[in-house]
Amino acid sequence: MTEFRMPTLGADMEAGTLVEWLKKPGDTVARGDIIAVVDTEKGAIEVEVFNDGVIDRIVAQPGQKVPVGTVLAMIREAAEAPSTVAPAVTPPPPEPVRAPRRAGRASPAARRAAEELHVDLATVEGHGPGGSITIADIERAASLRTPPAAPVARSTGMRAAIGAAMARAKREIPHLYVATTVDLARPLAWLAAENQRRPVTERLLPVALFVKAVGRAVAEVQGIGGFWTDHGFVPGPGVHVGCAISLRDGGLVAPALHDVNTKALDVVGRELMDLVKRARAGALRSSEMSDATITVTNLGDLGVESAYAIIYPPQVAIVAFGRIVERPWVVDGRVEPRSVVTVSVSADHRAVDGRLAGSFLGAIERTLQAPETL
Amino acid sequence: MTREAIQEAVAQALASVAPEVNAQAIRPDRPLRDQVDLDSMDFLNFVIALHGSLGVDVPEADYTQFTSLRGAVDYLAERLKGRP
Repeated sequence: MTEFRMPTLGADMEAGTLVEWLKKPGDTVARGDIIAVVDTEKGAIEVEVFNDGVIDRIVAQPGQKVPVGTVLAMIREAAEAPSTVAPAVTPPPPEPVRAPRRAGRASPAARRAAEELHVDLATVEGHGPGGSITIADIERAASLRTPPAAPVARSTGMRAAIGAAMARAKREIPHLYVATTVDLARPLAWLAAENQRRPVTERLLPVALFVKAVGRAVAEVQGIGGFWTDHGFVPGPGVHVGCAISLRDGGLVAPALHDVNTKALDVVGRELMDLVKRARAGALRSSEMSDATITVTNLGDLGVESAYAIIYPPQVAIVAFGRIVERPWVVDGRVEPRSVVTVSVSADHRAVDGRLAGSFLGAIERTLQAPETL
Repeated sequence: MTREAIQEAVAQALASVAPEVNAQAIRPDRPLRDQVDLDSMDFLNFVIALHGSLGVDVPEADYTQFTSLRGAVDYLAERLKGRP
């Protein structure tokens, strides 16, 4: 029997409100299955299970605000007999729930519609199969409601969460910064040629090259991708690159793109676009919220030429790409106009020295110069 | 295809990437990026949406035609010329 606990949802998240269970006792689950949906300041998050088994018992109920680490359910091994007595687990006392509610079953699409229209699922009567809530039900509820609810709460909560995490980072992490300007002539020429022969749906953005190059460099330079703990630096279990994504209504999330170093560039590009889409729709997964081993931020589209970012704890480094600009550049003793980008690495000096940060930056630059190998 | 239909498709594609935007309020002759918060990924999604609705695959080299809404509609009208 395993306790399935509320996973960590990132340094800036301490609790989430359980919205619904997607599995019931007796259901078989496999590692990575989405078994519950939790609502947080950063949108609805689909909670994945960590091991294979059978749901034995549900502990936390929809509507409950659940702190990270609380037991949500008990999962038994497939061969194990169902429990007859309640296992002796003592969940941390749930925080008082402001407005207890029991939301009906709703598809992710309906949930997203509810979120967009600021409709409380608990107030909606379902007319779909088995009484489930459909998008039409949500729209009906939204049209009947007066006055419309203001979307203030989420962005305020998110600001507070970001503020807390960043204040902690600046308080606890001795940041060091290294930066360089990278000539992008080769990678951009390669990208333009690639995109010319690709249909629009498979086109690659420079940011895909950046994210992939960072993943490759993390795999190459030991000691950068991972976490700062009470026992010092611990390397991450894989190369999971957090991608800072600004949300259109304000706010920021940095979900992880998993195993970037072993994925083809095409896959990285596609998954990055999907990640941005889901971040903005409020449909990220719990693993994406918590297991990034490094973060990349790309402010170039805003006209920012160079940026020095704050590390997202407990990670030990963050890479910031600025805007791609044309600059006079010396090539073989002659000045030429070239597209260049400024790349900076902020690193936690408790774990990383300037020398290591420098060789990591060098690895990013070198990797970018060989785009065909990405 | 009429110019109005193209305008409508452009407005819908824009709404799909920037739902907060009121397409009616956009000045067609002014730079689009000054009026709508579009990053390079939003722009690619915009072009993908147009490909879906109009069947036009806009090459990267032609992105410069899309600096204003009017430029985009002119360009698409030209590409769609002769199609029903």
